[in-house]
Amino acid sequence: MKKVAFLGLSALLLYACGGSTNTQETASKTEPAVQEVQEVPQEASAYDSLRGLGKFDKVDVGKALDQGMAVKGKQIFDVKCSSCHKLSDEKLVGPGWKGVTERHRPEWIMNFITNPDPMIDKDPKLQAQLAICMVRMPNQNLNDEDARNILEFMRQNDGVK
Amino acid sequence: MRAACFVLTSLIIGGLGACKPKNAGNAVSGNAAEKTYVAPGKYDEYYNFVSGGFSGQLSVYGLPSGRLLRVIPVFSLDPEKGWGFSEETKPMLNTSHGFTPWDDLHHVQLSKTKGDNDGRWVFVNGNNTPRLARIDLSTFRTAEILELPNSGGNHSSPFITENTEYVVAGTRFSVPMDDADGDVPINTYKKNFKGTLSFVSVNPQSGNMDIAFQIETPGVNFDLSRAGKGPSHGWFFFSCYNTEQANTLLEVNASKNDKDFVMAVNWKKAEEYVKAGKGKKVNTKYMHNVFDESTHTATSETKNNVIVLDAKELKDICYFIPCPKSPHGIDVDPTGQYMVGSGKLAALIPVFSFDKMIKAIEKKDFEGDFAGIPVIKYESALYGEVDKPGLGPLHTEFDGRGNAITTMFVSSEIVKWNIKDLKVIDRQPTFYSPGHLMIPGGDAIHPEGKYVVSYNKITKDRYLPTGPELSQSAQLFDISGDKMQLILDYPTIGEPHYAQAIKADKVTGKSVKIFKIEENKHPYVAKGESDTKVTREGNKVHVRMTTIRSHLTPDNIEGIRMGDEVYFHVTNLEQDWDVPHGFAIKGANNGELLVMPGETTTLKWVPDRVGIFPIYCTDFCSALHQEMSGYVRVSPAGSNVPLTFSTGTNLPAE
Repeated sequence: MKKVAFLGLSALLLYACGGSTNTQETASKTEPAVQEVQEVPQEASAYDSLRGLGKFDKVDVGKALDQGMAVKGKQIFDVKCSSCHKLSDEKLVGPGWKGVTERHRPEWIMNFITNPDPMIDKDPKLQAQLAICMVRMPNQNLNDEDARNILEFMRQNDGVK
Repeated sequence: MRAACFVLTSLIIGGLGACKPKNAGNAVSGNAAEKTYVAPGKYDEYYNFVSGGFSGQLSVYGLPSGRLLRVIPVFSLDPEKGWGFSEETKPMLNTSHGFTPWDDLHHVQLSKTKGDNDGRWVFVNGNNTPRLARIDLSTFRTAEILELPNSGGNHSSPFITENTEYVVAGTRFSVPMDDADGDVPINTYKKNFKGTLSFVSVNPQSGNMDIAFQIETPGVNFDLSRAGKGPSHGWFFFSCYNTEQANTLLEVNASKNDKDFVMAVNWKKAEEYVKAGKGKKVNTKYMHNVFDESTHTATSETKNNVIVLDAKELKDICYFIPCPKSPHGIDVDPTGQYMVGSGKLAALIPVFSFDKMIKAIEKKDFEGDFAGIPVIKYESALYGEVDKPGLGPLHTEFDGRGNAITTMFVSSEIVKWNIKDLKVIDRQPTFYSPGHLMIPGGDAIHPEGKYVVSYNKITKDRYLPTGPELSQSAQLFDISGDKMQLILDYPTIGEPHYAQAIKADKVTGKSVKIFKIEENKHPYVAKGESDTKVTREGNKVHVRMTTIRSHLTPDNIEGIRMGDEVYFHVTNLEQDWDVPHGFAIKGANNGELLVMPGETTTLKWVPDRVGIFPIYCTDFCSALHQEMSGYVRVSPAGSNVPLTFSTGTNLPAE
C-alpha cells in the first residue's frame, strides 16, 4: 500500500508539467534526491536509454582496472547488493551481474544505481526486467563515490584487469 | 442531560453568551472546509504534538487538516512498533520499580531558544510513576526517559525555561521523601508528606537530562507551572491546590480555602545556593534511560542521589501568591510581565504583575507565611481581574496580539480577553468541556495567532456512536479575525491534555529517512548477508538475520532445542525511505519487530514446544512480500540435530 503511494508520488514529480506546486517545493526541500531529478526536466520521448536518468553524463573508466576502487566496491556489494544479486549470470532476486558492463554504458549503470525509482519508471529495459523480477530495485542510498567503486567492481567481475 | 446542563450554564452566565447554538450543527460556517482543506499530496502548515493522556503516548497531527500523522510510543508498550518488546527498547521503560509498561502522559513542551520553539526536541511528562521523556524530532522517537525521585504524581511538568536550560517537574501528590521512613499513618500528611520541585538541566547539544536540584516544599498539590520569560526569565511559577493539606475526600476537603497559591520560584537564586553548597545530598534511587542511535539500543542507568534545597530554610527562593480558588493553569503572557492564574472554582481570572510581585518581595509586603514560606499580599501582586469570564477557567494561551484565550470547563467555551484592559472580547462554545487549548507558539515570546485548538473532555454526540467509549475531540478555530470561528472537529487518541504546534519547516528538513548501515554499531549487526549467522552460547542462541525485499537471511534454521532462548537480531539492509521490514514468529509471548532501514532490532523468543515455527515479514514490502517468510525447527532438549541455517540452499530432500 505504502509502496503504491510512493510510486504515485514519484510519477507525479516526474511528469508534472513544470508547474511548481507547493507540494513539489516542500518535497524537494527535504528530498535532495528527487530535486536532482527535477533539475533534469525531460519529456518522456527525450529519455536517453543509453545514458539513463540521473546526474552522470559521461563516465570515463579507462582501460585498466583500479584495484583499490574495485576492493571498495566489493565491500559495498557485500553489504548492500549481494542479498539480491549473484556475480554469475544467474538471477537471484535481481539479475546476475556477469556481463552487466558489456550490456550497459558506465553512466547508465551509475545513474541507475543512484537513481533507481525514476529510471525504472522510464527505461524500457528496466520495465522489461521488472516484469520478470517483480521487485523494484531498492534505492540503497549510494553516494557518487560508492557508485563509482561498485562500477569498478562490476568491471573486475567482467574480467577487466 | 448534557443539553440541560448547558442551558442551565447559559442561564447562570446570563447575558454573556447571548445566542448560543443549541448544537454543533449550526456552529460551522460555509467556508470552514476551505480553511482546513489540505489537498492530497500537500503538506500541512504545522506539526501539532498532542499528549495521549492515559494512552501514555504522544500523537502528531497536521494542522489545519487534523490528519493523524504518527503516534510516538513513549511511556507505554506499543506492539505495533515493538516498543518495549524488542530487547533494545525494554530498558527505556525501566524504573526503580522495575519494568513499568504504562504511564499517563499529560503535557507537551517543544524545546525553546530565546523563548521561541526551535524544533529540536519535545519533552513530555509521565504523571503516574513520575518521569520525564525527551523525543528527538529528527527521528520522532523517544530518545530519553528520566525517573524523578522524591515524587508522586508528576503533573506540573515538563514546562521549560526560555532557552531550555531546565525542564521542571512538580509533585501533584506529596509523599514522604525517599530517604525518610515512609511507613507512616496517612493522616500525618501535614507532618510527614513533602512536595518537591525538580529542576532538570538539559544539555544544549545532546539534549540529555540530569536532575540539577530539587526544592523541598511543604506538602501541597502542585498542579501546573510555567517559566518566566523576558523580564521574568529566572523565575518559575507553579499553581498549587490542597493548601488545606487534606489526605482524604479532596473533592470537599481540598476545596475549602477561598484562595490557594501560585508559588513563585527564583531558580537563578536556587542555582546560586546549589553552587554555594547549600543543598544536601539525599539518597534515593531512580533510573535514567537513554537510547543510543548508533547502536540502536537503550541503556538504563541507576542513579543514587540528588541535591535537595529546603524552601523553608533558604528564605528567598520561594514565595506564595494567593490565588482564588484551586488554581489549575498558571500561564505567562508573551511579554513575560503577566501571570494568569485560572482558579477552576473561581468566577474570575486573576492576572498578576511580575513587576508588582518583585516590588512586593523587596518591600516584604507579606500577609504572613504558609509552613515557613512567605505569602505575598494578593493585592500587592495583582494587576487586575477578568470579571465573569465564564465558569471553570482552566488554561490560557496567547495570540500575540495582546489577547489571551482561556478554556472554561464548566461552561464549555473558549473566551478571548484583552490582557491590558481585562475585558472579554469574544466567546465561542466548544463541544464539550474543554481542558487544555493550544495556539501555535501560544506560550512563546512570539505566538502565531492563526489557530486555536480546544481539547475537549466530553465528546457525547459529536461522532457516530462507538459503544460506551468515545474518542475525545479536538476542535480547531480560526482566530485570525475578531471572532473565533470553529472550522474543524476531529477525534484524538487517549485523552489529549496539553499540546503544542510548530511550523512544519522548522522540523521537516532534519527528518531522518534512513539509518546508514555503515554507521550501525549494534553488537549483533549483520552488514550484508555474508555476515549472517546463528551461534549458540549455552542455551542462548543468537541469530544474526538480514531483511531486504523480499527475503529473510537465514530463512531456514534447524537445531534449536527446547530450553533455548533465541535472540533474533534482525538488520534491515534497505537504505531507502519508508521501507521498514517486520519480523514475527508463531507463538512468541512477545510483540513483533518493526525494523527501520539500516537498523538492527532484537526479538527474544523462548520456544514452548517441539515443532516447526513459521517466521515472516509483517510489513507489506513488495509484490513478493507474501514470500518473505521462513521456518525454524525446534527439537527436544538434548537433541543432536545440528545447528544449521541457510537461505536458498536447503533444497527439497525428496
